[in-house]
Amino acid sequence: MSEVILEMRNITKTFPGVKALQNVNIQVRAGEIHALCGENGAGKSTLMKVLSGVYPYGTYEGEIRFEGNVCQFKDIKMSEELGIVIIHQELALIPYLSIAENIFLGNERASGGIMNWKETILQTREQLKKVGLKESPTTLAGSIGVGKQQLVEIAKALSKKVKLLILDEPTAALNEDDSENLLQLMLEFKRQGIASILISHKLNEISKVADSVTILRDGQTIETLDMHKDEVTEDRIISGMVGRDLTNRYPAHQSKIGDVILEVKDWTVYHEQQTGRKVLDGIHMNIRKGEIVGIAGLMGSGRTELAMSIFGKAYGKNITGQLFKDGRPIQNNTVNQAIENGFAYVTEDRKNYGLILMDDIKRNISLTGLGKLSSNMVVDDKKEILVAEEMRKKLKIKTPNILQKTGNLSGGNQQKVVLSKWIFAEPDILILDEPTRGIDVGAKYEIYSIINQLADEGKGVLVISSELPEILGICDRIYVMSAGRITGEVKREDATQETLMKYMTRTGGAQHGNTNQTV
Amino acid sequence: METLTKLFKNNIRQYGMIIALIFIMVLFQVLTGGLLLKPINITNLILQNSYILVLAIGMVLVIITGHIDLSVGSIAAFVGAISALLMVNMHLSPVLAVIVSLLVGALVGAWQGFWVAYVRIPAFIVTLAGMLLFRGLTMIVLEGQSISPFPNGFQKISSGFIPDLGSGGLNLVALLAGIVLSVIFVINEVRDRAQHRKYNFDVIPQGLFIAKLVVLLVVINLFTYMLATYSGIPNILVLMFLLIVIYSFVMNKTVMGRHVYALGGNEKAAGLSGVKTKKVTFWVFVNMGVLAAISGLIFAARLNAATPKAGTNFELDAIAACFIGGASASGGIGTVFGAIIGGLVMGVLNNGMSLVGLGIDWQQGIKGLVLLLAVAFDIYNKNKRAV
Repeated sequence: MSEVILEMRNITKTFPGVKALQNVNIQVRAGEIHALCGENGAGKSTLMKVLSGVYPYGTYEGEIRFEGNVCQFKDIKMSEELGIVIIHQELALIPYLSIAENIFLGNERASGGIMNWKETILQTREQLKKVGLKESPTTLAGSIGVGKQQLVEIAKALSKKVKLLILDEPTAALNEDDSENLLQLMLEFKRQGIASILISHKLNEISKVADSVTILRDGQTIETLDMHKDEVTEDRIISGMVGRDLTNRYPAHQSKIGDVILEVKDWTVYHEQQTGRKVLDGIHMNIRKGEIVGIAGLMGSGRTELAMSIFGKAYGKNITGQLFKDGRPIQNNTVNQAIENGFAYVTEDRKNYGLILMDDIKRNISLTGLGKLSSNMVVDDKKEILVAEEMRKKLKIKTPNILQKTGNLSGGNQQKVVLSKWIFAEPDILILDEPTRGIDVGAKYEIYSIINQLADEGKGVLVISSELPEILGICDRIYVMSAGRITGEVKREDATQETLMKYMTRTGGAQHGNTNQTV
Repeated sequence: METLTKLFKNNIRQYGMIIALIFIMVLFQVLTGGLLLKPINITNLILQNSYILVLAIGMVLVIITGHIDLSVGSIAAFVGAISALLMVNMHLSPVLAVIVSLLVGALVGAWQGFWVAYVRIPAFIVTLAGMLLFRGLTMIVLEGQSISPFPNGFQKISSGFIPDLGSGGLNLVALLAGIVLSVIFVINEVRDRAQHRKYNFDVIPQGLFIAKLVVLLVVINLFTYMLATYSGIPNILVLMFLLIVIYSFVMNKTVMGRHVYALGGNEKAAGLSGVKTKKVTFWVFVNMGVLAAISGLIFAARLNAATPKAGTNFELDAIAACFIGGASASGGIGTVFGAIIGGLVMGVLNNGMSLVGLGIDWQQGIKGLVLLLAVAFDIYNKNKRAV
């Protein structure tokens, strides 16, 4: 076995109120592909940010050794100089610059500030050959597909004399051919002696290329497995990722389930920018009155796209399929139509899509229901104050008064304001996208209680969440999504984190069923 | 004292500009040896600045939505030209001509609103094109010449006064208006305060509240008294007053106003909350067109002529008024009242510097610096509060 190239020892990183990483250890050997697994929020990205210097030395505890030397990175530049390069999930190419310009951005081939274009183009060709990309160096980066952009990113990393390449969910946005290409490329790098860290949710990819795998859970290292020695199956990795029991973090609740209130049939949606790419493919689902239905799925599986496309086509292009409410077909062509049809959508990104941060609590709560508070278009101030006050008390929004700017509130209280807004709109169907993201445990419990209460009022509630315990803790029925399809439907009684994770990591949808291959 | 400083700190933006306005007024009152606040000059100030203030009202709405309108000067000139064509060349009655002119303004606004809201071309570009386009159309309509004179009735918009009840001496209507306004004002403030207390909102201490009322009552009545000693209330002041009241009401109390603020504050969140963002943007531009038309009519009436050069640089004064008055260039923040105060700061500066005999070169430079410093002050304050 080759020697250790990177060692991170006892890494602890705290954010105000949260321990994101706790004594995490990881060892990467020279020339191996080391996979890093864990649920959303397990601490994978935080760990990589510590490694690359995004969180500079001093803001975390623990020790990083690279090629035997202790490293104290102050910024990304320092780690890159040593040959540690991260390729992020969201590509960082500048679309209006050429491939060559992108590859040497910040690292220009120049003398005395004058660009040496000949050198730039020649070296770009060389790098592109290494990653097997047949494009001219002068092609604009924005004009090639995501798969090729990924390759450009890798070529960019190679130009920096990379020794350790970190790929964060590299295949999340790629189709199967492009993914396969990328994996082959990683194996090729391995032969050349470049070590890689692969962060991925796709377990079949990990079993295909990885030499070892480190599993993180709740900011702690659970174990490191050697793919060649240990008997590693996908189930083995899954149980490492989720192995945690549910405590009573969820209010007890018995749903009174009625008739079907919403039915979605054959819902297909295309990507907004990359036309031709299906984000959602033939989704069938339904929600009953008084029922809390969960959608589980990893990031990029199309959960939010599903919610937003149903909510007045707020996302997507060429949307096809039908919606039925109480058995009657309905049209949700605009957000207003959706609201009139009794829909509400609580976004996963409350700061950018949910709240007007510069406005006060009162105005945020009343925004959607202004029609109910006004006669002849004139808003009744007193009524508005009463409504906002009532919501403040009912949802226990902690604030001196309702004239506070929502930008000054904590995450939990902001979320309560968003919920208030939609509760005041009196919807029949609520879609809650990551309702407890970035909220402390106490406030989470309160939000769950509110969700239960809404269901008890006979509303249909759809909860999207990345946290499996949360889905299992509050939902009556769970749909699992992967790569734009529903890969499973599970009743609460039958659901475990393991079964959900299995459906979540399926690629190609339920109908293919060829995903359990192990290498 | 502690509450006072806290109060001041929290409202520095709102009061800051009023204080600046008072400072500038006192400064020029001294520099001009008392000329600035002579009744005749106050009346002049109103007449001189009315068309900019009207534009500023529309502009602040545009700026709150996060856009900008560079074409208002050209639109004002264009509408002035159309009105001259109708009244002087075609002998249409002033009432009918004014109605047609306002419709033309609305159409022009709709034209620009369409490109901004539905085609999503940045307003800067659409209205830059509009600035050239409507300036060109103005010259075409006027065939490069000035058209004058307007009928008497039309001129009265800008040069007339509200007829007085009594005869000679002080103008009774003006004095009465001051008193009526004072009463309405006091009732409103007291009711507001009572409501705020009831819901446990922050209110200013009683002593300060009374002091504020007294100061404002003195200012209002002193102002109307000054007007009374000259010719009374200019027609244009009544129009301005109505516009300010109506637009403040619309922006604060109506669904439309709320939607404008929400749209400017966070377009995506507003859209997902059911605000018809495109429609609101469109109507804000239509509104700007109508107000630009009013401004053009006022200017034409004041000049008693429609000229190809009318309205040049009006857009810059109106935009500056909004920013001095606390509007944010990134949208969501701004008030009609603030824009008016900003416009008055510019107006008093203009007037004062002219009275002192400062050349146009110096005037331009100083106005530029005032705009820059006002916004710098705003940003400094925001950053300080954020820390």
